[in-house]
This record gives sequence, structure tokens and C-alpha cells, in this order.
Amino acid sequence: MFAYYCQLALRSFRRNKVLTALMVLAIALGIGASMTMLTVYHVLSGDPIPAKSTRLFHVQLDPELLAGYTPGDEPQADLNRHDAETLLQQARGQRQAMMSGGSVTVEPAGGALKPFMLDARYTTRDFFAMFDVPFLYGHAWSAAEDEGQARLVVIARRLNDKLFGGADSTGRTLRLDGHDFRIVGVIDHWSPKPLFYDLNLSTYGTEEQVFEPFQTAIGLKQSRSGSMNCYGQEATVDGTEREASCAWIQYWVELASAGQADDYRTYLTQYSQQQHDAGRYQRPPNVRLRDVMDWLDFNQAVPGDVRLQLWLALGFLLVCLVNTVGLLLAKFLRRSGEIGVRRALGASRVEIFKQCLVEAGTVGLSGGVLGLGLAELGLWAVRHRPTQYAALAHLDASMLLLTFVLALVASVLAGLLPAWRAMQITPAVQLKTQ
Amino acid sequence: MEIRPILSTLRRHKTAAALIVVEIALTCAIICNALFIVGQRWESLHQTSGVAEHELVVLSLSGVGKQVNADARAQEDLAALRAVPGVTSVAMVDQLPFRYGSNNSSLGTRPDQPTPTLSAAMYVGDEGTLRTLGLRLAAGRDFRPDEFMNWSELMDQLGTHNGMPLKTMPLIVTKATAEKLFPGQAAVGRQVYMANIPLIIVGVVEQLRRPNNWNGNTSYSMLMPLRKHYDQGGLYVLRVSDPARRAQVLRDAVDAVNRVDPSRLVMQNQTFDERRADYFSNDRDMMGLLITLCVALLVVTALGIVGLASFWVGQRTRQIGVRRALGATRGQILGYFQTENFLLVTLGIALGMVLAFALNQLLMRHYELPRLPLAYLPVGALALWVLGQLAVLYPARRAAAIPPAIATRSA
Repeated sequence: MFAYYCQLALRSFRRNKVLTALMVLAIALGIGASMTMLTVYHVLSGDPIPAKSTRLFHVQLDPELLAGYTPGDEPQADLNRHDAETLLQQARGQRQAMMSGGSVTVEPAGGALKPFMLDARYTTRDFFAMFDVPFLYGHAWSAAEDEGQARLVVIARRLNDKLFGGADSTGRTLRLDGHDFRIVGVIDHWSPKPLFYDLNLSTYGTEEQVFEPFQTAIGLKQSRSGSMNCYGQEATVDGTEREASCAWIQYWVELASAGQADDYRTYLTQYSQQQHDAGRYQRPPNVRLRDVMDWLDFNQAVPGDVRLQLWLALGFLLVCLVNTVGLLLAKFLRRSGEIGVRRALGASRVEIFKQCLVEAGTVGLSGGVLGLGLAELGLWAVRHRPTQYAALAHLDASMLLLTFVLALVASVLAGLLPAWRAMQITPAVQLKTQ
Repeated sequence: MEIRPILSTLRRHKTAAALIVVEIALTCAIICNALFIVGQRWESLHQTSGVAEHELVVLSLSGVGKQVNADARAQEDLAALRAVPGVTSVAMVDQLPFRYGSNNSSLGTRPDQPTPTLSAAMYVGDEGTLRTLGLRLAAGRDFRPDEFMNWSELMDQLGTHNGMPLKTMPLIVTKATAEKLFPGQAAVGRQVYMANIPLIIVGVVEQLRRPNNWNGNTSYSMLMPLRKHYDQGGLYVLRVSDPARRAQVLRDAVDAVNRVDPSRLVMQNQTFDERRADYFSNDRDMMGLLITLCVALLVVTALGIVGLASFWVGQRTRQIGVRRALGATRGQILGYFQTENFLLVTLGIALGMVLAFALNQLLMRHYELPRLPLAYLPVGALALWVLGQLAVLYPARRAAAIPPAIATRSA
């Protein structure tokens, strides 16, 4: 029976070409627009490190002056150096790392290439293991090397390709900001999106290609980037100094399980209390510990414009569906005579209902196919927009499937009311007016 | 035109009529809000910065390795840039309007103030700053030549004198900053505090926009007489006599600094207008997107009206024939369908206005959008009325073309 209904649907398409085309077009436009925006949203709101995102936590403390404090205030996003170094030393998590963004000048050996600037990350050794950074060659540096301000560097594959033609460059020297660094590792393609560990930087933009031990970079006074927020009563000459009242260090901890978050939070509170008792902190303990997705959520990592666009696109789909309901209604009622005959020949109401829904579904599927094309076109347009996430806008398998599910569900929903109305057609009256 | 027969016909087609009304209402609500957002972006696109935008080009350099004598080298750069043909003046400043990040500092009127009065963007610039940027003094004076010092010098002083400069530093603030600090009073000559460091306001400029929108504010800025060299974030700003020659000046300027010292990297060289365009690219993009959405919505709605009206015309062929046979003119048939459409669209618009405000409330809560001004409603309404009339024209003309003879034909 289903095949027969499909056949009927096709025949009805041929008879009402314009009306059908209008419906398919409306659904296609709605699906195209909403799938474009859903895909962008899907890409931007993804979990950057799915295997661990519930066990990685961003740490916040509140070392500010009492003035202007209201209980419940959000503490600084970043830590000052004193606190970060102390927490790192106490090492209460399974792994922990302190870090800051930076930028370095690379002077390629030989002089064939001109010097150029790159984004860098100054961090401590656990960074790589914590964030599952894959190594192509070599390995991370050791904790002792962190302490000793060793001139070591881990570089990204892209830089390795550029400077060494992709060969294993570990052990070779790289000149950064006028100092020689020994390459200990080359990491493979790695680009968490969004770049969750430092939301001060461009969240979906390019990623860092140079990783240096934190103490080394700060010791050499290499230039850092990202936010720095100084809060003291005194003027600060150098915010990177250990005792400076400036928050600028991102601090992440990996716990053995998500369940240990409470313990770690207690530890942070105790630490804050100790600092308070010692006179370093003025405010009562005020800590935050958020896992990756909470942290992204809290910072609204997905740009407001993208969320707004998504809602507007869904609104557009709704209008397209209302439109389709109207057109389907027109289409079915126009065939009242035919339906009356079928009813008179013994088709039950349910059969008429089914037939109409099959027809609506076929319209939806055709709209879905066309809508997919439009979504691809829309995503192509997104990729040519000047946004930092432009390059990410691609349909994946799950979004492809969703397109058809959405098209089918939407059109069947749109078909419900017209089908119900069509099934009410009484055979006798129709036959009489014929 | 008699409305009653139209109403009674519509009553018999409640569902189809209701669908048109709902579609119009949704379209109206979305379009009003989308256009409102477009209007908002359009306004932000046209914010003034207070600087001579069309006459400025910007150049920034970065040293490779440790820079020795960078302060002196920067002075050589400035001299070389002044000599570039077409340049009227040159300045070295640390930030400019239309950038995503900014340097800010808090200001208060007392040293022991628990919460500062405001946070202002802290611009530092050399002797050429006011003239080059084209800042207009509203009160007070420009910095005197003896008031300028190098950033490194100030840092040395702060480092060796308990975080205090040797002399009280002069400060120029914007009108908005002055008004916030000293409401209704003259600010020139008054002392203000950056943390515990005292400063004296010597001048007030009309406007100098913050680099970015920070805490929802773009007008609080201050200017200090300090020279930051190229490796401390100092930017070279050139004012040109002829805006048409900006590209050439930029090329010559890059050559000029490279002649001073070719070992440095030129990080950015662009006209101020390009910088502005970059800064607002997302807003322009969003505007384009919203306008496209509005057009698509109108097209879909129009197609919906065409489709449903055609269906109605088809259904009522015989009635129309009868009316024609009884003496109705083509114009009257046409008028009938257009009035019918007008009634439906009006109902849709009325519902749409309520929806538009509901949607606006939602947007206000989640996206910090202001209240929808009433002016958007008549615009949206007019657009939909015109759209409805245009969309119904084709089916209505087909209806009017139905010959009276059809009345006598059996179905």
C-alpha cells in the first residue's frame, strides 16, 4: 500500500507542478537556512576534548581587595603568579598546569626564510598529557626542566613542516626572540575547537605553534598575550612578577574522576582561608571550579550572534512550515472529488490520512534534498565570511542525517492538519456535487 | 466595496484563512526584530571615533631579539616618517580606536576611594598625538614639551620610588570622562588618582573613542604624555594631506622604517579606514545575513499567499462566474480578492505586532538588545500590506478573467 501511495503522490506532483514546486521550495529554504545555522552552532558548541571534559577543571580564586566585594561575586578568571605556583607545587590533582598565551619571533636558521612571529603558549609540563596532545616526534619536557628554566621548546607540526620539511627535528635548535631553544618534541595535528583552555584569545582562530616552559619564558621576559587584570592599591610595574597583584595565568587541573571535584573545591577553599588568615587575601574564600563544558557555557563561548542567527533561522523554518501547511491543505482539498471517490470505493478514513501523510513526506524529502544543497551553499557562504570560525563550517555525517530527519519530521507535522481535514471528506456529498 | 460577503466566505474557509494570518504574523514579528537589529548594527557602524579617520595610516613594528637603544631608534623612525612625502604629521601612540583588546586603568577622585569612579582606556602618546589624530580640545591645553617622557623612564621611576613617579603626571581626558569624574564642574586643574598615583587634568578633548566596547562603554578615555617605542607596543600613526594618496604614503613609510633598521618586522600597515572596516566586519556580516533572511521570509510568505489565493480562485470559479453573469465587473472581482487579502494581512499584522514585542522581550533578556522602537511597526506593516497586495494580484487577475459563461456550464 505504501508503494501505491508513493506512486499516487508522484502522480499528484505531476498534476500540480506549481503548487508542489512552491511547497518543495518553501521546505528547502527553511531546511537550508536552519541546517546552515544548526551546523555552525553544532561545530561551535562541540566538546573540544570529549574523552576528558568532565575531569578537566578550570580553577579560580579571589585574591582581590575587600573593597567592592559582594558575596557571590565571580572571581577573576585567571590566577596571579603566586597562587598559581603554589597550587602547582602542592599538586593536589592528578595533573595540573599553569599557562599563559604569548608571542615569539622565530628566526629560521640559514637565512633562507625571513623572521616571523607566531603565537606561543608558555606552560608547565602536564599540559601535554592533560589535554591529550599527540606527539609526532619526541616528548614533553620534565618537571625538573620546568623548574630549571630550561631552554626547551615543543613545536607544532605546521612549524616543523615549514622549518624542517617535516623531518624529525628533536634535538635541533630553534632561535626564538634572540635565544636558542632545543626542540624536544613535535606535536601532531591538534586543534581543540573551541580553544577552551584560554578564552582570552581567539576561540576558534589559529592555534599556537610554539610551546615553552612557563618559567623559561617569564624569566626571559618574552612577550605575553591575553588578558591581564591588576587589582591592587599600588601601581604595578611588571604584572608578571611573582608577588604582583595581577591575574593573568590560566590554571587547569585534571582529577581522577569527576566525583573528586568536591574534594578539590574544599582544598581550594582551605587554601583561600589560609591565605586570608595569613593576610594575603582580604576576601572570604571565593573559589570556582568548572569543568570544560561548564566553563565554555559560562563564558558563552558560542558567539551571541551565532545563537541569534540560529533562533532566527528556526523561526524562518516555522514560517516555511506554516506556509507548507496552507499549501498542502489547498492541494488536498482541491482533490476532494478524487478522495470522495476513493472513500466511496471503500477506502477507510485512516487510509486517506495515511495517503496524505505519505504525500506530505515525499514533499518533505524532496525539500530535504534541495535544502541540503541550499545548506551546502549556505555553509559555503559562511566559510567565506570574515569570522574566525569560518573554516570550521562543514556538514558532518550526523548533520547530514539530521537534515533528512528534520525535513521529514517537519513536513509530516505540516501534513497532519491537511491530512486530517482531507480524511473528513464525506464520500456522498462529493459524489453528489460531481 | 462590501465587506460582509468577504467575511462570510472567509468564515467557511477558517483553516486556510487562519494559516495565512499566522504566517503573516510570524513574518511580521521576525522581520520587525531582524530589521531592528540591522538598525542597531547600522548605528554602531557609524560611531565616530574622534580622530581624523580618513587621513590616518597606521604602521607597527616588532623587533627581532633584544632591542638596544630602541627609544633612540624610534626617534629616528619618526624623523624618517615625517620626511615621507604627503605626510603632515606623525605620532607614536600605544593604541587606537577599533581594536578588540584595550589597555584600561581605573580613575578616582580620592586616593583611598574603595571603588574607583570609572575605568577609562589609557592611551599614551608622544608630542605629535593631538595634532596627528586631530583631537579637538574642549578645555585646557595640550601637554607641554617638557611633560613628555619615555615609557621606560617612567617604569624605572615607579620601580625605584615605591611605585610613584617623580613628578605629578599631567593627564588629558575626554569630555565624557571629565563629566563622569566631576559632574557639572570644570575638570581642568583637578587632581585624580590612578590607584594611589596622583595625576593632574590639564586638558579635556571633545572625543576619543575607547579602542573597544568595554563594559558597554565607548567614551571613557584618557591620554598620557608618554612615548612607547615600537617594541613596547608603540604604533606609528601618520596623517596625510591627501586621503587619496594613503596607499602610496603607506608604501613609502614601510620603506622609510626599513631604511632606518631593516632587521625589524612590519606587523601591520593599514589605513585607519581599513582598521575600522575590519573591526566592524562581523556587524556588517550580521546585517547582510539578517537582510537576506528578511527577503527570504517575504518571498516565502508571498509564495504562500499566491498558492492559497490560487486555490481559492480555483474553488470559487463557479461563484465568480455567477457574480460576473449577474453584472459584476472585472474590477469588482479584482477588488474583492484584494480586499480579502487586505483584511487577512491586517489581522496578521495586528497579531504580528504583539508577537514582535514578545520576541523583542525575549531578545532583550538574552542578547542585551534595547526595546523595539514603535517606528519599526508601521514599517513592517506597510511592507506586508504591499507584499500581500502584490502577491494576490496574479490569482485575482485570473479570477477576474473568468468569463460569465462559466456560470451556465455544469461542473
